[in-house]
Amino acid sequence: MAQGFTRTEMLPAMPPPVSESGTLKWLRENLFSGWLNSTLTAAATLFIAFVAWNSFPWFWHSVWNAGSLNECRQIVTASAGEGATGACWAFLRPWWGAFIFGHQYPVDERWRPVLAFGLLFAALAPVLFAGQKRNLTIILAVVAAFLVLTLYLASAPSLAFALAILGVLALLALAQVQPGKLLWFTLAFPALCFWLLWGGSIWTPIVAVAGFGVLYLVFRLASPVIGLAPAAGAGFVAAVLWWMFVDAPVADALQSAIPIQLLWIASDKFGGFLLSIVIGVTGITFSLPLGILLALGRQSDMPIVKMLCVIFIETIRGVPLITLLFVAAFVLGFFLPPQANFDLLLRVLILVTFFAAAYLAEVLRGALAALPRGQYEAADALGLDYWRAQRLVILPQALKISIPGIVSTFIGLFKDTTLVVIVALYEPLKGITHLVRQDINWKGIYWEPYIFVGAIFFIFCFSMSRYSKYLEDKLKTDHR
Amino acid sequence: MEKSVFFGTLAATALVSGLAAAGTLDDVKARGELICGSNTGLTGFGAPDANGNWSGFDVDLCRAVAAAVLGDANKVKFVPTTGETRFTALQSGEVDLLVRNSTWTASRDSELALDFVAVNYYDGQGFMVKKDLGVSSAKELDGATVCIQTGTTTELNLADFFKENNISYQPVNVADDSEAQRQYIAGACDAFTTDASGLAATRATLPDAENHIILPEIISKEPLGPVVRHGDNNWGDVVRWTYYALVIAEEKGITQANIEEVLASTNDEEVKRLLGASGDMAAKFGLDNAAFKNAIAAVGNYGEIFARNIGEGTSINLARGLNALWTQGGLQYAPPFR
Repeated sequence: MAQGFTRTEMLPAMPPPVSESGTLKWLRENLFSGWLNSTLTAAATLFIAFVAWNSFPWFWHSVWNAGSLNECRQIVTASAGEGATGACWAFLRPWWGAFIFGHQYPVDERWRPVLAFGLLFAALAPVLFAGQKRNLTIILAVVAAFLVLTLYLASAPSLAFALAILGVLALLALAQVQPGKLLWFTLAFPALCFWLLWGGSIWTPIVAVAGFGVLYLVFRLASPVIGLAPAAGAGFVAAVLWWMFVDAPVADALQSAIPIQLLWIASDKFGGFLLSIVIGVTGITFSLPLGILLALGRQSDMPIVKMLCVIFIETIRGVPLITLLFVAAFVLGFFLPPQANFDLLLRVLILVTFFAAAYLAEVLRGALAALPRGQYEAADALGLDYWRAQRLVILPQALKISIPGIVSTFIGLFKDTTLVVIVALYEPLKGITHLVRQDINWKGIYWEPYIFVGAIFFIFCFSMSRYSKYLEDKLKTDHR
Repeated sequence: MEKSVFFGTLAATALVSGLAAAGTLDDVKARGELICGSNTGLTGFGAPDANGNWSGFDVDLCRAVAAAVLGDANKVKFVPTTGETRFTALQSGEVDLLVRNSTWTASRDSELALDFVAVNYYDGQGFMVKKDLGVSSAKELDGATVCIQTGTTTELNLADFFKENNISYQPVNVADDSEAQRQYIAGACDAFTTDASGLAATRATLPDAENHIILPEIISKEPLGPVVRHGDNNWGDVVRWTYYALVIAEEKGITQANIEEVLASTNDEEVKRLLGASGDMAAKFGLDNAAFKNAIAAVGNYGEIFARNIGEGTSINLARGLNALWTQGGLQYAPPFR
């Protein structure tokens, strides 16, 4: 009788074969899965190696400290031998301020855009991370640290420094107690930002914002009496009357009673990334609501509203942005009386906003069309009126599914701000770079300013894209 | 029909705005500031530094006009204009005066309703080549590749020149000066052509300037000068004579430094009239009688402006050439101040 063998304990699990695990498996499956892929991988590797091999010395020999391009070249030759090439980043030292603020923005006032930039994030946080105490706290703390550092570097007056830090700390405290209330700061921010960047009397933005208060007040008082729509109309008329007749005298009176003002800086002094960000942020802020209205208008049952929206959208979308900018900057001058030339930057802002709004309207129209008909019917069945149905049922879903489209429109808008060079505004990519090249010390410099400006644009656009990814994940409610 | 109504309106609007802007001199005085259309930046001729201070050959002429009209050379606002926008900016009244190396041509005078009031720089188109190409004359450039800015008069001049000499060339189109320089250094073209002043500035900043030469041929006339709107003759006269005052000052040896001295000691009646010490010549332009004296005191005479910004000894190192005074074989000649 044969002795049977019975194993008394389990064999330990064997590691998988080398070719079936870890890096090797990944490589085999993704890069060398067939002769075609293997060839492509080899070719791509060679190409990358070639580019890196040729550009690496140029980056490696970078010069950060020199007085002119020729000095840069001498330093490279001295350190790396005859015929070597090296990047010359030294132009950033004299031109750094011009790239960030524009070459004409007064040096003593540069703390103002810096402060406005920091507070911009404080104002955005409640919108981007509504009610999330942890994220809000992180952002506000970072803003506080950023402001302490940059305001010190920009040598801000001590009063402004103290007020700014106290303000951010107050917001930080508020975020701990009632994060929802931070939205009030967001609402007040446009006026504050305007005052910081352009300056002048503090009463100008305050009295102008009071116009909205007038609108709301008239609306609230009149709506029980004459109904919603007429009350809104009356409120609008009252606000316009306020801006036309009351605004200026009241602001002047307040200014003479309690004079608080900053040095007025005309908008032709704006340049560099300050200009890009002002145009980009304003365009993004105002084009979204305008785009929503246009998209709804285009879907409307009212023929005149629908026709106006279609004409607006198609006209703006049908014309290149450069043409619009050119018209805004120069052709308008023929029609306006010579003294009535209103601000070039304002004209550009309005046009860029319109341009982005027209594109957004179409993005949103796609989203509205994608919603199942049942959603509209369900909203009707609940007895919601048009605006409530849009606000509570339709738009939240439509906006959610169009996030990628909206964000790419915003990124496109931000990059399009470089086109304002055509109307001789000094945006960073071509405007300030051009000036650097016309400086006799740096004439002949080519790649470095482009790379520098491109890198900064990349940081902004990539952040926007990452935020949109975050938002998509957060709002994902389907079960795919 | 609709079209004609539209153009009628356009014409009427243009007329109204033209009438309203008829007194540029009064506008400038009322505003207390001269708005000068300038380059977005051109080495030596007009460019702001990193802190926004403008300087350059053209910029100094603007400052001289401001000094003459307003008595202060700093009361100028420089509005940068691009090649595309410069004339529209002037016509639409956004700027009072355009000093931006613009070439005086017949069609710009006639079609565009502009007036070129003087020539402050006589330029011409030239060629730069690498020394080892072994070429000493532009006529030997048969079959060469040439870097050329598109959409400029230089492009047309180039075509004419090669056709007249019955030789061929291969254009390499570039968008601007810095790109041209890049392509030229990279060897994409054998020769680079643009205005001779621009060539000199580019050559000065090459890593190996001694290996590049500027060929002797100048193939076009490029008279560059200040431009004003057509029909505002008084303003045109002010600009023109401010410029002439600078030229006369050089001719008479009046400099920024010695102007008071000359005024106190001179027996020259023309100098006295120019500086406002006798007669009321400047007042007849609607200016303060010491207007031209202020202009010279603010920026110096023509020769000083040239030497300071683009002349020999600066990085750009241009010889006076055609821009020398007529007494020294150049073309700069001012009518008598009487």
